[in-house]
Amino acid sequence: MSAQQRMGFFTDTSVCIGCKACEVACKEWNDVPEDGLEFTGQSYDNTGELGASTWRHVAFVEQGSADDMDFRWLMSSDVCKHCTSAACLEVCPTGALFRTEFGTVVVQPDVCNGCGYCVAACPFGVIDRREEDGRAWKCTLCYDRLKDGLEPACAKACPTDSIQFGELEDLRVRAQGRVEELQADGVAEARLYGDDPSDGVGGFGAFFLLLDDPEVYGLPPDPVSTTRDLPDLWKHTALAAGALVAGVAAALVGRSR
Amino acid sequence: MGSNMAENHPVGFQWVMEAKRRGARIIHIDPRFSRTSAMAHDHVPLRAGSDIAFLGALINYAITNDRCFREYVCAYTNAITIVSDDFRDTEDLDGLFSGFESESCKYALGSWQYKGFEAGAAAGHRELIGEQAHGAHGGHLAHGDPPYVDHTLEDPRCVFQILKRHFSRYTPEMVEEVCGVPRERFLEVAEAVCDNSGRERTTAFVYSVGWTQHTVGVQYIRAASILQLLLGNIGRPGGGILALRGHASIQGSTDIPTLFNILPGYLPMPSAGSEDDLADWIQLSSPPTGYWGHAGDYMTSLLKAWWGPVATEDNDYCFDYLPRIDSDHSAYAALLRMDAAEVEGYLVMGENPVVGAANGKLWRKALGKLKWLVVRDLVEVETASFWRDQPDCQTEVFLLPAASHVEKSGSFTNTQRLLQWHHQAIEPPGDCRSELWFMYHLGRRVRERLRDSDDPKDRPVLDLTWEYPTEGPSADPSAEAVLREISGYRIADGTALDAYQQLADDGSTACGCWIYCGVYANDENQAARRRPGSEQTWVAPDWGWAWPLNRRILYNRASADPSGRPWSERKRYVWWDDADGKWTGEDVPDFVADKAPDYDPPEDAQAEKALRGDEPFIMQADGRAWLYAPSGLVDGPMPTHYEPQESPIDNLLYGQQSNPARRQRARADNAYHRVGDERFPFVFTTYRLTEHHTAGGMSRWLPYLSELQPEFFVEVSPALAALRGLRHREWATVSTLRAEVEARVLVTERITPLRVSDREIHQIGLPYHWGENGLARGDSANDLLSLALDPNVQIGEYKAATCDIRPGRRPR
Amino acid sequence: MSVEVRTYHGRQVLKTPVWTPEVPWYFFVGGMAGAAAPLALGAGMSGRPALARRAWLLALAGVGISPVLLISDLGRPERFHNMLRVFKVTSPMSVGSWALAGFGTATAIAVGGELLGLPGGAAAKPVAAALGPVVSTYTAALIADTAIPVWHEARTELPFLFAATSAASAGAALTLVTPAEEAGPARRLAFAGSAAALALLETMERRLGPLGEPYREGDAGRFGKAAKALIGAGALGLGTLGRKSRAVAAASAAAVLAGAALERWSVFRAGFQSAEDPKYVVGPQRERVAARGA
Ligand SMILES: Nc1nc2c(c(=O)[nH]1)N[C@H]1C(S)=C(S)[C@@H](COP(=O)(O)OP(=O)(O)OC[C@H]3O[C@@H](n4cnc5c(=O)[nH]c(N)nc54)[C@H](O)[C@@H]3O)O[C@H]1N2
Ligand SMILES: Nc1nc2c(c(=O)[nH]1)N[C@H]1C(S)=C(S)[C@@H](COP(=O)(O)OP(=O)(O)OC[C@H]3O[C@@H](n4cnc5c(=O)[nH]c(N)nc54)[C@H](O)[C@@H]3O)O[C@H]1N2
Ligand code: SF4
Ligand code: SF4
Ligand code: SF4
Ligand code: SF4
Ligand code: SF4
Ligand SMILES: [Mo]
Repeated sequence: MSAQQRMGFFTDTSVCIGCKACEVACKEWNDVPEDGLEFTGQSYDNTGELGASTWRHVAFVEQGSADDMDFRWLMSSDVCKHCTSAACLEVCPTGALFRTEFGTVVVQPDVCNGCGYCVAACPFGVIDRREEDGRAWKCTLCYDRLKDGLEPACAKACPTDSIQFGELEDLRVRAQGRVEELQADGVAEARLYGDDPSDGVGGFGAFFLLLDDPEVYGLPPDPVSTTRDLPDLWKHTALAAGALVAGVAAALVGRSR
Repeated sequence: MGSNMAENHPVGFQWVMEAKRRGARIIHIDPRFSRTSAMAHDHVPLRAGSDIAFLGALINYAITNDRCFREYVCAYTNAITIVSDDFRDTEDLDGLFSGFESESCKYALGSWQYKGFEAGAAAGHRELIGEQAHGAHGGHLAHGDPPYVDHTLEDPRCVFQILKRHFSRYTPEMVEEVCGVPRERFLEVAEAVCDNSGRERTTAFVYSVGWTQHTVGVQYIRAASILQLLLGNIGRPGGGILALRGHASIQGSTDIPTLFNILPGYLPMPSAGSEDDLADWIQLSSPPTGYWGHAGDYMTSLLKAWWGPVATEDNDYCFDYLPRIDSDHSAYAALLRMDAAEVEGYLVMGENPVVGAANGKLWRKALGKLKWLVVRDLVEVETASFWRDQPDCQTEVFLLPAASHVEKSGSFTNTQRLLQWHHQAIEPPGDCRSELWFMYHLGRRVRERLRDSDDPKDRPVLDLTWEYPTEGPSADPSAEAVLREISGYRIADGTALDAYQQLADDGSTACGCWIYCGVYANDENQAARRRPGSEQTWVAPDWGWAWPLNRRILYNRASADPSGRPWSERKRYVWWDDADGKWTGEDVPDFVADKAPDYDPPEDAQAEKALRGDEPFIMQADGRAWLYAPSGLVDGPMPTHYEPQESPIDNLLYGQQSNPARRQRARADNAYHRVGDERFPFVFTTYRLTEHHTAGGMSRWLPYLSELQPEFFVEVSPALAALRGLRHREWATVSTLRAEVEARVLVTERITPLRVSDREIHQIGLPYHWGENGLARGDSANDLLSLALDPNVQIGEYKAATCDIRPGRRPR
Repeated sequence: MSVEVRTYHGRQVLKTPVWTPEVPWYFFVGGMAGAAAPLALGAGMSGRPALARRAWLLALAGVGISPVLLISDLGRPERFHNMLRVFKVTSPMSVGSWALAGFGTATAIAVGGELLGLPGGAAAKPVAAALGPVVSTYTAALIADTAIPVWHEARTELPFLFAATSAASAGAALTLVTPAEEAGPARRLAFAGSAAALALLETMERRLGPLGEPYREGDAGRFGKAAKALIGAGALGLGTLGRKSRAVAAASAAAVLAGAALERWSVFRAGFQSAEDPKYVVGPQRERVAARGA
């Protein structure tokens, strides 16, 4: 047993100022290519979503109308969740995706053959295949930096500590405290997302404090790791294969030749 | 107010977030709902260009509701001072102060003086060219006090009463009419600010170019200063008016200026005709009381730093070598001369005026009349490529590649006057060179050329001290050697100076910038100190070095009461230690260390010695902060609401529409819109986005930034979109008499129409980062703007003008 | 789906699968090959050599084309062999790759034995016949083991549907090429497979409820409708006149084949459609959360 604790992120979106330093720092450190120069008109978000060439994505949500005093502009930096039960990793046929000693989920680019299975398996739409390159890419939780004892580039760059990196256990405690603090301050809508180890993916390695429902930020409200249902699925598949054999046998039984 | 701190100073904004976490209330007053508003407790939208009405009303609120910090005001400000009988206020003259000369559109400043000073108050010539002079000149202050004062603040001619009358018409109702802020919202802000000020609490104002870029910009800051002084929020922790500055070392480039009218350390540049020798200069620049009383020491040391052994008492320390100002040589004045073909060559170093300065079209036209242009930049900015669109252009353009900040060592002076050293990380690629390299080797080669000249006009160049050790493969001059010279040394033995008090006017010291004296104390680069915050006190004195003398809060003597005790335990910062007989505290006291609170200067005392022990504002001749500025400003001793050069409405406060002293230049290629011009019914303002930097040279060429904001866009409210048929994400054309630009439409609730003067006023927001080069390309918002300038500092009115907007692309 | 869900600028939550058109074609071809093998074995054992030979050849052809389709779908085809770098039961693609590799090898040896009398045929045949149905059905597990709502939620029916369509297509293909005297089992298999497929489609869509919508809309809907019509008509033909008329049988078999291919396409496209519309992702999850809360 190694003494290495599981490392992760707590992203406290209540203090995110939408500066996108995390997006840029991630690209700089990891040498991720530019992802298109498109004006989306979706508030200040011209990145759109996480993808093969965007491993941090800052969402911008404008809520309410200017006339009402409760107008809100929510900002939130999204990232791979480094799921406890990571569907991407489990379905990967080549073993390119693996779990590191830090409990994070990382693609080995020299192994991935671009089968695309992980893309369809991720319940968050995180990992994607880079078309020019053919392989799947996503946040590595800065595996190289972690090995050198550094915090990930995005967390390092975040000016307001919206992105907090640390031991997952500690982060969960800290996050609980933060929610309580916010709620005491009257921010009743503050909630944690992905901190619960009993959720559909066994808890996120990178979880969040949100100020509205997850889907408002483009996140699934009740993600489930698809492989949770795999035993059942295998059973059905075996039965189906058996049924196929039975059907063939029955077809052979007939009188006519 | 007037700052979008979260977007433009995101790293500094972490401390606002920290304050918020600890319970501070954040209020953002800005025409638009920005990322800063999103983080604030309250966002109060107001009409661009109306802040003085708002601040004036806060001042009026504090005075009429008796919410001032009276002890502070009486003891530390010039509220008590009696003003000249000749002074007439805007109350009397419908928006003008006394002394206005309509012919020249300038003020004669004599009548604004304190009573008893009128006779000699002839320092006006400096102000006429927009230059700040120091102190109240023309009369001697006994005991640091002006001749006529009223400690009861009752005298109708005392500053406090004048101020009270001046701002009496700035009511919540007026705010509603002028700013478009409902009075209840205004009152909420007023209450919050007053509640949070006084002995136990302090309020800070943060501003930036949302305040400065107006034809009456300097007075915006004055208005805030007055309010903060009335509330006792200056010189105390958690208080202040925090100017968030621009480029990484823009503070440094004002301290050691790239401006035509000041020398390092805010020493005024001598003027032609009236300052023939050093004595004249000292006479005008060095009031007998306060720290400017040492201006002669600072100037002599500067001259010694520049001309070394050649500068002697006999030749007035080469004072003659300094240029003299004959007229306005600021950037826009130079532009107009260029356009008149009076300028042959122009050096642009790290600037992109074709995109970044008002009236881009005029810039392109004027640059095309130069014989030669040198642009030193990281990329081929539009200022270097303008000629490509001018087939007949004869200008020879030299684009010289510059080394970026990571490719050279040096210091950045930030907003807090903090110098932080940065070390070279990599060698510059190819022919890229640092500014130091360029200036040093250029100077070296020029001197080489002139070596045998006997023309006296070449002497200043030939006599310069121009020896610096060079290092690295490109023979870059050592930045530390330059810093050491700036910090100062003793001529006799070359040892480094520790403090500006050591400077002398007898030629025994050299110092490139007196306020930076000590940054190389103990022969160590103090700016390179990096002790982590966790290993020192909360003031963190061992991180970098702040001028002057590593003081982190200026005028911090004001954090203690007149007797030297902290105003409150909660806000204690610097105080008098009776036992030790000196000032002590969290910070380096901004005061003579052993001057007791009850110090009473002898009759013949000079400079700081002439200020009493309870007068904290040591740079002022009277040791007091000025609620009313008898000199130093060219457009009035108190702020007054004027409408921008271009406004949809009449000035509701006075007959005078706009700042009467503003600089304007009406001509065909710089035409202005009249008030209420139906063709240009909307207000527009320009600003920045986190994702880009100013004129774009450092962001539009970078893929990681360009993808974040790829196109020029215009922010409009849903109401305006409906009114004009603008479609989200599609094109719109914004027009003024100067130009038409096209941009993508971003319809957003973050922009709100305001009810102003019984009308619905629509505001339009335009980020100004784009130009035709780079990866993220687009039209430049600055093509829309005109030259209309603040008269004090020649800053352009980028923040409020009028325009029209229509769907579709602009005609080609 | 009528529920209104909140979204982020209407953007999709999941990624659209990156799989190319080769994939549904593989499902079809591989599935057919997989069902052909047990039929081949049975035909041989029950004394129908013509059928047996053709069925082995069909299996071989299918298993020969399959890897070509699969490899060309990869982002890095030159690295296809990494599929066999590990064996993971948690990855249907891994299991399937091994199954396909085994099935391919066994089928090749079986055909070598059958046609050329090469050694090993006898031993390989049962292996191929056992692996074939795995190849026919694991693809259902493969797509059901994703986050794509209409695939994952259809996980109880999809394997059976794929088994049925595989049976139908193998039966139909062999009906076409096998002399009438030995084509009976093929025809019956095609008929039974078709009937089962139609029944399963009906159950699946009904059980999916609102999530069945993507199967009825867009490309998926068009393909699905055509598939049902073709399979239905084919089944009808095979079950009635086809038993007598060679021509009717052939036409019906062709209809079943086309229908089976289209059915794979319908399922494939429905997955894409459900991934691209956030309501299919968020809606059911919201309902789950609400149900838990209640
Ligand atoms: N990311 C980024 N950071 C930067 C820069 C950059 O380009 N990009 N530039 C740097 C430079 S050079 C500077 S000077 C600073 C400038 O920093 P800021 O002053 O914060 O910059 P702006 O965005 O130009 O203007 C600030 C705000 O003023 C508001 N405003 C406009 N008119 C008025 C008005 O009349 N009253 C009030 N109250 N507000 C008004 C605008 O809506 C805007 O939100 O930022 C520096 N930091
Ligand atoms: N409409 C409108 N106009 C404005 C403003 C506004 O708010 N609205 N704001 C005004 C303000 S506050 C400012 S500061 C100006 C800014 O306007 P500019 O100063 O004209 O714009 P920048 O893009 O900052 O230009 C700096 C250039 O320096 C280059 N550079 C960077 N580092 C170095 C170096 O080390 N050496 C050299 N030689 N070059 C270097 C960069 O590539 C860049 O091209 O714009 C002003 N104009
Ligand atoms: S979020 Fe997606 S990509 Fe990230 S670990 Fe979980 S399943 Fe894998
Ligand atoms: S695309 Fe690469 S990482 Fe993803 S499942 Fe396939 S082999 Fe694994
Ligand atoms: S942890 Fe590293 S790879 Fe992941 S988003 Fe942050 S910077 Fe990018
Ligand atoms: S760096 Fe931090 S504050 Fe900035 S956008 Fe990212 S998470 Fe938000
Ligand atoms: S670029 Fe420099 S000045 Fe601007 S926010 Fe970052 S650290 Fe501060
Ligand atoms: Mo600036």
